[in-house]
Amino acid sequence: MDLFEHQAKELFAEYGIPVPRGKVAHTAEEACAAAAELTGRVVVKAQVKTGGRGKAGGVKLAEDADDAYRKATEILGMDIKGHTVHKVLIEEASAIAEEYYFSFLLDRANRTFLAICSASGGMDIEEVAHATPEKVAKIPINPLTGVDRARAREIARAGGLPEKAIEGAAEIIEKLWAVFVDEDATLVEVNPLILSADGQVRALDGKVTLDDNASFRQPDHEKYVDAATTDPLEARAKEKGLNYVKLDGTVGVIGNGAGLVMSTLDVVAYAGEQYGGQRPANFLDIGGGASAEVMANGLEIVLSDPDVKSVFVNVFGGITACDAVANGIVSAFKLLEERGESVKHPLVVRLDGNNAALGRKILQDAALPRVELVDTMDEAAKRAAELAAVGA
Amino acid sequence: MAIWLTENSKIIVQGMTGSEGSKHTRRMLKAGAKVVGGVNARKAGQTMDFDGTVLPVFGTVAEAMRETGADVSVVFVPPKFAKDAVKEAIDAEIGLCVVITEGIPVHDTTEFWAYNVAKGNKTRIIGPNCPGIASPGASNAGIIPADITTPGPIGLVSKSGTLTYQLMYELRDVGFSTCVGIGGDPVIGTTHIDALEAFQADPDTKAIVMIGEIGGDAEERAAAYIEQHITKPVVAYVAGFTAPEGKTMGHAGAIVSGSSGTAQAKKEALEKVGVRVGKTPSETARLMREIIKSL
Repeated sequence: MDLFEHQAKELFAEYGIPVPRGKVAHTAEEACAAAAELTGRVVVKAQVKTGGRGKAGGVKLAEDADDAYRKATEILGMDIKGHTVHKVLIEEASAIAEEYYFSFLLDRANRTFLAICSASGGMDIEEVAHATPEKVAKIPINPLTGVDRARAREIARAGGLPEKAIEGAAEIIEKLWAVFVDEDATLVEVNPLILSADGQVRALDGKVTLDDNASFRQPDHEKYVDAATTDPLEARAKEKGLNYVKLDGTVGVIGNGAGLVMSTLDVVAYAGEQYGGQRPANFLDIGGGASAEVMANGLEIVLSDPDVKSVFVNVFGGITACDAVANGIVSAFKLLEERGESVKHPLVVRLDGNNAALGRKILQDAALPRVELVDTMDEAAKRAAELAAVGA
Repeated sequence: MAIWLTENSKIIVQGMTGSEGSKHTRRMLKAGAKVVGGVNARKAGQTMDFDGTVLPVFGTVAEAMRETGADVSVVFVPPKFAKDAVKEAIDAEIGLCVVITEGIPVHDTTEFWAYNVAKGNKTRIIGPNCPGIASPGASNAGIIPADITTPGPIGLVSKSGTLTYQLMYELRDVGFSTCVGIGGDPVIGTTHIDALEAFQADPDTKAIVMIGEIGGDAEERAAAYIEQHITKPVVAYVAGFTAPEGKTMGHAGAIVSGSSGTAQAKKEALEKVGVRVGKTPSETARLMREIIKSL
């Protein structure tokens, strides 16, 4: 889970990391009031969970409260790489002498953690890293020994930070390591880490990604779940414990296992090319078990998506054999009927694996309305795309 | 022959007394695997009956190894306790530790990996969040359905469980030496490269199927390795061409966050070194069939 900048900074502040004073505003009026409270020049910053916000015009300097009102009006509602700006952070403007870059992150390739530090921070850090990699220090961190003040100093020096900034940066780096470990983060990034005109090192921005797998020991993290930008169908699916992601196509997809469902999306998109560009409407993994109740819940979510014109149920019978999956589908139809939901779109079902023939027979005998059986994944995807094109 | 898991492998199950652990212990035994016991400190000294096979429960991995000669451990313990379970297996210096558990915090995985390295890398860790490893006709350690395929000349390595099963099933007439599900988490013990190296060295493996997913750059690194070290034919499949940027598709590993890590980038990297990449699982199976015929 990614945090908004203001959430990351609130978290930093809890760990004693110096950040500029600031306040979140959801309207231009709130922005104006926040700026008045801070006095002087402020920065109005779009709160979106994507990079490149500054280049997109999502960060603007305001001279006073009235100006903050105007700048907030411009930024609120703006679209930045598909993210709508619902709130802005109003922050005291900092007198910046120098801009650095710092992050802790997961190094998948080496199965360890990495500190990245550079004296050339700011908006162009990716270009710096690309053109002059020697200016960006990448230092592996042993999870068993971690980062103390001495190690933090080494990292700051390796990044080429000037002597006047080393102590301040090392203190922040040590505290950022505490955030990284104690909060189960997979990314903690500060860009820029600044040296202010009065010689202070401060975190001017903050990006934090938290590990969802750690929620069992991080009960506080629940407060970061963002209801405003969560798709309503995704929220409903989550309540039912389903792994669902809304996409923009017309073919609803239900399958078992993340890899197989991802593959199903691809196969549907290929097949859809022949039928006016039909694409998958969602990702839905009902897991290895594929019980009747889970199948019913999955069908209900997918069928309540107004964009869906056909549904492709793609199941591989492994541990749960196909006869059990077929019985699950039959029961799911009964459950939906009892709930007063009708299956209003055609369903293409492909069953493969253990007891596939038996599973198909169960579905044929049940003669469910609008259910078609197709033997292979490729052919089934084609049929689902064709039906979606007709229904569209 | 097979890699890492053979008919002589003696398996213990950490978490055998739990519902998943006992269910899959029964299945492993049914598949012919030599499961010799379980580990649960709170239930040490008890026994469990699996359709007539009575297995002892030991207090520690070290004790279980001493008493049974076990050389493989399969971990089913819940995420909260998984790190300690794996570290216990590392301390006991078991040869292979297969971590099935899904949902282990990445800080825990990174820690037990570092612990393994610090202890001299004596334990091969597969997973976490993986279906395990199966050598059809010989043994089965994990949750891969044993009865969907047959023994044969293909080696398979995959990030995804159900896609592994799909390919095992589609190529069941040809058969497999060993199928390794390495798991979809961002940090995993055994990589594509480790499996490729082992398959290259295994005389019974004639060709290799590699299944990848969006996220990370493991497939790109595997491509570079194939170019340098692999002479056996490799066919690949990559899932996630249509996955939108920045959305997680179930596996923690399957996150696209920018230009690298996309399915397209992985496909191109693999094709560049002569690996044939199937557009769909079925096409991948067809490509493998052609290669087997030409051998």
